[in-house]
Amino acid sequence: MHPVLTLVIQRLALGLLLLLAASVLIFVGTQILPGDVAQAILGQGATEQALQNLRAELGLDQPAFTRYFEWLFNAVQGDLGTALSNGRDIASSISGRLQNTLFLASVAACISVPLAIFLGLLAVRYRDRWPDKLISAITLTSISLPEFLLGYVIMYFFSVKWGLFPSVSNINSGMTFFEKLNAVALPAMVLTLVVLAHMMRMTRAAILNVMQSAYIETAELKGLRRFTIIARHAMPNAIAPIVNVVMINLAYLVVGVVVIEVVFVYPGMGQYLVDHVAKRDVPVVQACGLIFATIYIGLNLLADIISILSNPRLRHPK
Amino acid sequence: MSDQSDDILLEIKNLRIEATAYAPGEKPKDIVIVDDVSLKLERGKVMGLIGESGAGKSTIGLSALSYGRGGIRLAGGEILLNGREIRKASPGVLRSLRGKEVTYVAQSAAAAFNPAKKLMEQVTEATLKHGSMSKAEAEKRAVELFRTLSLPDPEHFGDRYPHQVSGGQLQRAMTALALCPKPDLVIFDEPTTALDVTTQIDVLAAIKTAIAETGVAALYITHDLAVVAQVSDEIMVLRHGKMVEHGTVQQIIEAPREEYTQALISVRSIEHEEKKPTPEPLLRVEGVSARYGSMAKDVLSNVSVELHPGQTLALVGESGSGKSTMARVITGLLPPREGSIVFDGNTLPPSLKQRSREELRQLQMIYQMADVAMNPRQTVATIIGRPLEFYFGLRGRKRDERVQDLLDAIELGQGFADRYPAELSGGQKQRVCIARALAANPKLIICDEVTSALDPLVADGILKLLLDLQKREGVAYLFITHDIATVRAIADSIAVMYQGRVQRYGTKSEVLTPPFDDYTDLLLSSVPEMQIGWLEKVLDHRKMTSAGN
Repeated sequence: MHPVLTLVIQRLALGLLLLLAASVLIFVGTQILPGDVAQAILGQGATEQALQNLRAELGLDQPAFTRYFEWLFNAVQGDLGTALSNGRDIASSISGRLQNTLFLASVAACISVPLAIFLGLLAVRYRDRWPDKLISAITLTSISLPEFLLGYVIMYFFSVKWGLFPSVSNINSGMTFFEKLNAVALPAMVLTLVVLAHMMRMTRAAILNVMQSAYIETAELKGLRRFTIIARHAMPNAIAPIVNVVMINLAYLVVGVVVIEVVFVYPGMGQYLVDHVAKRDVPVVQACGLIFATIYIGLNLLADIISILSNPRLRHPK
Repeated sequence: MSDQSDDILLEIKNLRIEATAYAPGEKPKDIVIVDDVSLKLERGKVMGLIGESGAGKSTIGLSALSYGRGGIRLAGGEILLNGREIRKASPGVLRSLRGKEVTYVAQSAAAAFNPAKKLMEQVTEATLKHGSMSKAEAEKRAVELFRTLSLPDPEHFGDRYPHQVSGGQLQRAMTALALCPKPDLVIFDEPTTALDVTTQIDVLAAIKTAIAETGVAALYITHDLAVVAQVSDEIMVLRHGKMVEHGTVQQIIEAPREEYTQALISVRSIEHEEKKPTPEPLLRVEGVSARYGSMAKDVLSNVSVELHPGQTLALVGESGSGKSTMARVITGLLPPREGSIVFDGNTLPPSLKQRSREELRQLQMIYQMADVAMNPRQTVATIIGRPLEFYFGLRGRKRDERVQDLLDAIELGQGFADRYPAELSGGQKQRVCIARALAANPKLIICDEVTSALDPLVADGILKLLLDLQKREGVAYLFITHDIATVRAIADSIAVMYQGRVQRYGTKSEVLTPPFDDYTDLLLSSVPEMQIGWLEKVLDHRKMTSAGN
């Protein structure tokens, strides 16, 4: 078997193991939350018998061990259970939300990743000169501002003052692609500003590190242009660290956008999760946790695999 | 212009090169790296630039591309390439001539090739960039060059990545890279220094053939006079950024005018009479086999050698022959799979952790890279004083006195005790490492390529010191090296290593006297000799013997 395939399979297996560990953590975490679900549903005035009955109905009287495997087994098959608060099927209520979240994240990623890498290359090209300093200053300012403030500032200008985009990002399945794009323009813009700096700084640092190599001098002595050298000779050797940071930021775009969703009233996963935490709706919290963990681990796994594939020594063994 | 000046390809007039030094705690100051160097190179000729490290050879070579490494500035003088001044040329003009009129072959091809790209793409890149050939033409030329340079499977050689070919092949590929755009001038910067002798001779022959066939002019930079004598028409000797002497190859090696050139030529003329084996050896390596981790193959297989007290055993061989692994086994860093180490009559425990302090004390090491073998934040006194405290419990004034004794022994006088490693030269650093090893008062010192990173004259000084110390202190050396000249200078007995085995073993005179086995013959005949036509003679000899077989 090709050694790269072995490595990739190893990583996949490790990823699955990690996911399993995460599921245990999520389950245990939600179990030790204070409060009683039955009490929360029935209210303070419920009789002891009524509470007992409800617990039996919800399966809460079973040992935690049994409940964990039942929950995991169902989740693997796509059955995330029913929400305690409204009795709806969680999988179907999440799927629309998840799509929305992924849509917003993808739009933000499509803008921010190429932009960050291009700015990183540019910063290396004009290292320690004004374009480098300007890029660093702007991206670092945007990362230093709290997201919600950034959100309101952008909303004030683009929506209130200039009326370019809607301030409330309401989307539904009846909208065309461009209508949706228009709706998420502002949150995508804010998210881009939030993740740009990290990726750009890493691109810059990783490439500068490679620029010390002897083969960069070789390229220079071939009479190549500086930008060609950076993009063609330095970049391919700096992929691994860059991809890792890109993936961490992509994961953030999916799992860390609660604040932005609230600011722009966007119907995504984050808001859904927050709502149900408040209602002490354990199955929903578990389901969201599992999905977030899957996305997070999946993206990091992807980063690992791309790093492995970007290494010519592993790709083409002797 | 007259006919004569048409023949001049490169003319450097009164070149001055500067850099800014940022010494810690001081104001940055300008230092002169090359001062008032002038040279003329005719079309199709090869000039050798020779000197120690720091002589400014590479810097002058790169100035022909109007390139300054790091913060180096081409501060003054003129550089005329094909009749036009390039020192002050704009970046655009420089891009148009680099990789077209002048190309560069770096010392370490392994580092100079981009690991992420196929060889063909890199070899033809400059040619395609300058648009002088179509892609198909350039690739055809590259394949021809691969063939001229005797690379294996020239048609498909370019499909490989740098890590998939050997060091010697990569160095030849670098030459192909430089010759592909049909330049007027190639700068060869120590192209064979990083190679084993047996590989060096092939690469040298390939470079010489390629130069002859393409009629390209070259500046050939090296510290090895014997190498440069094989490929050059004329030689310039440099020292501390200034020209010492310039002449034809014959004049330089047969009748050098300057004292410094004479010293360079007579280097490695140490005479050392071999000592007879004693009845009781100090170190006996018995049937040792070793391997790293879960490797399937032994790095050392069934090695047995002896070293007598107060004598020197040289382990010679190419990289990968198991020399350094042997040092690791003897010191206990790598416990052997089979066999044992007997030291001073007792069998040593295989692993470092099981050895007593006394056993550790008697066996010290000196390394190739003196600067990474010392803590840069400790003074020389601390470095040398540490083993005195550790093994003998010396402190305070007693320790300081002993440190000074040791500094005297390595011929570094007063004032060195308080210096940091960064303030020492390469040779001085190695001397401090020797003093540190001596401080433990050992019976055996393992010297792992201790002179390989040093300039010939400095290396000579170190070897003389080691011999002198042996005479006075009676310490034995296990001397690991790839350099036959060093072996001749200091060994009493020799073990030639090849692929983890001892190929030939005996006293110096036994090992270096014919008849040889094939490998020892190859190794000995590959060492460049300082005479014109040596390369051709060896190659002819090899052709004849292989035809005879």
